[in-house]
Amino acid sequence: MDFAWTVLVLVALVALAWRFLGAYMVAVYETRVHFLGFVERPIYRLIGTAPDREQTWKRYATSLLVFSGVFLLVDYLIFRVQGSLLLDPQHLGAVPPALSWNTAVSFVTNTNWQNYAGETTMSYFSQMGALIVQQFVSAAVGIAVAIALVRGFARKGSPTIGNFWVDTVRGCLYLLLPVAFVFGIVFVGQGAVQTLAGPAHVTDALNGVTQTIPRGPAGFMETIKELGTNGGGFFNANGADPFENPTGLTNLLSIALILCIPVALTYVFGRMVGALRQGVAVLAAMTIIFGAWTAFTTYAEHQPNPAVAAAGVVHQPTGNMEGKEVRFGDTQSALYDVASTQTSTGSVDGSNDSYNPMGGFGLLTGMMLGEVSPGGVGSGLYTILLFAILAVFIGGLMIGRTPEYLGKKIQAREVKLAGLGILVMPITVLVLTGIAVSIHAGRAGPLNAGPHGFTEILYAFTSQTNNNGSAFAGLTGNHAFYNVTGGIAMLMGRFAVIVPTLALAGTLAAKKVVPESAGTFRTDNTMFVGLLIAVILIVGGLTFFPAVALGPIVEQLSHGRFFGVSLAHLAAVAHVVAADLPGGIAHWSAVP
Amino acid sequence: MLTYLRRSLLLALVLTVVLGFVYGLVGTGVAQALFPFQANGSITKNGSAIIGQNWNGYSTSKILDPQWFHGRPDADDPLVANGKPGFSGAANLGPRSKVLRTEVHALVIAWHRVGVDPTTDLVTTSGSGLDPDITPQDALVQVPMVAKATGIPPTRLRSLIAHETHGPELGFLGSSVVNVLQLNEALARLR
Repeated sequence: MDFAWTVLVLVALVALAWRFLGAYMVAVYETRVHFLGFVERPIYRLIGTAPDREQTWKRYATSLLVFSGVFLLVDYLIFRVQGSLLLDPQHLGAVPPALSWNTAVSFVTNTNWQNYAGETTMSYFSQMGALIVQQFVSAAVGIAVAIALVRGFARKGSPTIGNFWVDTVRGCLYLLLPVAFVFGIVFVGQGAVQTLAGPAHVTDALNGVTQTIPRGPAGFMETIKELGTNGGGFFNANGADPFENPTGLTNLLSIALILCIPVALTYVFGRMVGALRQGVAVLAAMTIIFGAWTAFTTYAEHQPNPAVAAAGVVHQPTGNMEGKEVRFGDTQSALYDVASTQTSTGSVDGSNDSYNPMGGFGLLTGMMLGEVSPGGVGSGLYTILLFAILAVFIGGLMIGRTPEYLGKKIQAREVKLAGLGILVMPITVLVLTGIAVSIHAGRAGPLNAGPHGFTEILYAFTSQTNNNGSAFAGLTGNHAFYNVTGGIAMLMGRFAVIVPTLALAGTLAAKKVVPESAGTFRTDNTMFVGLLIAVILIVGGLTFFPAVALGPIVEQLSHGRFFGVSLAHLAAVAHVVAADLPGGIAHWSAVP
Repeated sequence: MLTYLRRSLLLALVLTVVLGFVYGLVGTGVAQALFPFQANGSITKNGSAIIGQNWNGYSTSKILDPQWFHGRPDADDPLVANGKPGFSGAANLGPRSKVLRTEVHALVIAWHRVGVDPTTDLVTTSGSGLDPDITPQDALVQVPMVAKATGIPPTRLRSLIAHETHGPELGFLGSSVVNVLQLNEALARLR
């Protein structure tokens, strides 16, 4: 019953966001909102641009690539010299080069994969001056690309698709900043920390234990982390940490913040192309996939954990609680983690690695569908529109007509660009996973042995290439191999999709509109929604089924079998984390 | 190309100042002004009400102190003493992990030794390793242990637990929970 109420309230919140945040976003990107003009105008003067100076797709893409590259370098340098900067009360010192590279790429690409523990690696300066900044900027860049593609559909015979600088600045100032700020206050009121005072030392008079409690400016990072579908938390435990996500209410608000912009973008799409039904059709496909995956994953997590049952606790009425927080419970944790994996957010409010085999399957395959249900901010919409182009192409083949989408003829160039944008992700994931399992450095990563260890590797590359950042966190990614390959995966998944998308926006904007006729293939009815879902599921299934069969499916089918810890992993990390393993390294090595 | 580079660099600097420092510092100021207790970590005299109570070395080798209620075991003894900043995080053991089975089994035995038939929460680690809460059921199964060690009648302890039970928030968000630190502080007042 509680879960039904949660879903109901969530649906209501997201529906409001769809209608009203969506309408507001249309106004923002059509430059009709000006209340922060006193900040906005000086920025344009400084960088020498203006809202009416439009760019071709090539200039738009070049601006985006150069801007992201420059920011990547700036962030890399901040991590490298954080020890000499202000706001480092714990004296954490410089971040090593490979980790700095991985982290800079991770935040610039909106991935927020974290091969580090925030509270013991990143100074307050790095968290605020690099990580939080990217949580705004990378989100705004993603939305800008989606808006550019929507303009491509909406415009007729236009050589330009908007101004990258203006779209990015407006997204940050008018959309992300106010919402994140207001909810930041709510999160702190609920118990999230927001202080620059450094760790607290407290002695518990009852049991005599002295605690060192890490603190920091985490509360306001939490809201932009969710709103921008970033996912990178201040603390290692991310959304499970009571200082980031203190109550059931913040958990629900987190889910709503994660979903609101990706969902509202379908309203923006419908409005800007002049037919709201088109946006509703896309939203329907997203919602059906999301609903099915939520039901499956929550059900799986409500089942007992097999290892806990084998240890003697057979009766587990509260579901699989290993790696979950009591204040959320099994189903609301699972709901959060599904929302986070299907939006390329990647924040967690429990340990995904300890999910039941089919629960982990739900999270992993949610990402493998290309992050379209509803996907990340911007990336969700532009990726599902690539699938929509593929769907009208396939539909056109079936009935023997040149396909059209929103009045634009879909020809060889459009289908090639859409196909390229869709195939980059599976190719990158499968090739890198193949390399990782073939070499020693890759096999040393997973903590768990057996099929679960394989899933940890597959999950890592799926997550990074989809710019998600969610992890089966048993994998130790902070080694040269995973830092470097992960960086490549994230760059491919981001920019090798964005460039074809912008090219598509350019060619579509330049096209004339074909008048609708009796033979026009409708893209705003149930038939099209079904076709779109089928294309997404078939592409995902055909590319990933063999890999998934070796991971969670085998694990689910291994009734009564249990697997140890990866010995290669123990050897590789012994010198780093021996102190962090429960019972010390000797205990772990001796496990039968 | 130079124009792109110059624009990018200038915009990067401006956005770093506005979105990083202005946002973070103004946010900290507002948070400290409106909610100073929460913003600083909800620190009470015995710990943080948000992070909860830490049992140093709540591990399989130690004997559980029967005079107090216990929360969930830590994945790696986070927030240990010695002044080293703590480390949050889960154990990340898979659902078919031999290690998980062994660890849980050892905890079951440790609980049986003090006369408690543990619930799932008492033998599994949480997502943060810092879970401050347990369910009322998790607390109730510990009543015979605490009653025997302290001499407080079980009915008193049960009403104490009922009194310390909060939520679910708004009637449906999350579970009914008992904050272990607050429960033990209430227990200390009884003794």
